[in-house]
Amino acid sequence: MAPFAMSQGYNIGDKAMDFNLKNVDGTHVSLSDYSDKEGVIVIFTCNHCPYAQAYEQRIIDIDKKFASKGYPVVAINPNDPELVPEDSFENMKKRAKNKNYTFPYLLDKKQEVYKTYGATRTPHVFVLKNQSSKFIVQYIGTIDDNYKNPEKVTKTYLADAVNALLRGEEPNPEKTKAIGCTIKDKAK
Amino acid sequence: MRNLRYLILALFFSVITGTLSGQSIKTYNSFKDYKQLLHQKDDTTYVINFWATWCAPCIKEMPAFVKLQEGYKDKKLKIILTSMDFGSNVDARVKGFMNKHNITSEVVVLDDPDSNSWIDKVSPEWSGGIPATLIYDKDKRLFFEKEFTYKELEQVINSKFDIP
Repeated sequence: MAPFAMSQGYNIGDKAMDFNLKNVDGTHVSLSDYSDKEGVIVIFTCNHCPYAQAYEQRIIDIDKKFASKGYPVVAINPNDPELVPEDSFENMKKRAKNKNYTFPYLLDKKQEVYKTYGATRTPHVFVLKNQSSKFIVQYIGTIDDNYKNPEKVTKTYLADAVNALLRGEEPNPEKTKAIGCTIKDKAK
Repeated sequence: MRNLRYLILALFFSVITGTLSGQSIKTYNSFKDYKQLLHQKDDTTYVINFWATWCAPCIKEMPAFVKLQEGYKDKKLKIILTSMDFGSNVDARVKGFMNKHNITSEVVVLDDPDSNSWIDKVSPEWSGGIPATLIYDKDKRLFFEKEFTYKELEQVINSKFDIP
């Protein structure tokens, strides 16, 4: 039995809290909007971070691959635009439009959602499985094993995790780590 | 023949400027080669800072490490600034940064993209964000996933480590 962890954030098996955040198209998006889906791939990401940029196309590809199978991507920018102007809502809109994002790109305006999830860097992935409209955390971590070169990827952690869930299995590994940019928050 | 002369001249100048700007920054493309920097067994206290030239909080805390190195230059404290820079022109970017910030500490580049396989080997407490700093000697290892002020850095060194 693992000792009780005092650190903030979700662990595997936790029920993810619903959120209600503004999307780049002006609407608001909640987890509960996805109650008819198999699950949701929540990815904390942003415009400015070189690691997020390196993974951007792969995030788009993940949504293309898994949205139709019941696991759409929901991207959330956790940064304070006053600290990083490049991550402003206007710039988020531009980016989503330029790259034809097929998924919501939400601003965590009060910077509460990322803290509740325990996101510590960008990009940071949380795969949630829908169990009777409760969204249970099943995978936390990174997308694959090579941020700089998609052609040299040997382990597709996120795709493997979602495929496992689609087969009714548990992801393995269920947690991975990666280098990323810390989240920009005045309160830290 | 003239082309050859120009070629020799160009070669000559590039050698001179190459020499003046020093060696290339030591780059580790595999963590297993880099690892020994984190496990030296002498009586020096090592301060390993993980940073990148594009990382704003890393740049902000860099003067604290420069000042620390200055203050301990005759003592057994060694700072190794480990750049996580990747992509094109890493060598030029890192060198340019060092010149601009008057960095005399050792600087290396760690570019092993399979970070899930080694982050825990630096510290199991690390979730992967930079800046981050590991401070160790032969008896103690402390890890900080945060941005340091000079005061905080000095406080940790003074209170937790003995530096002859």
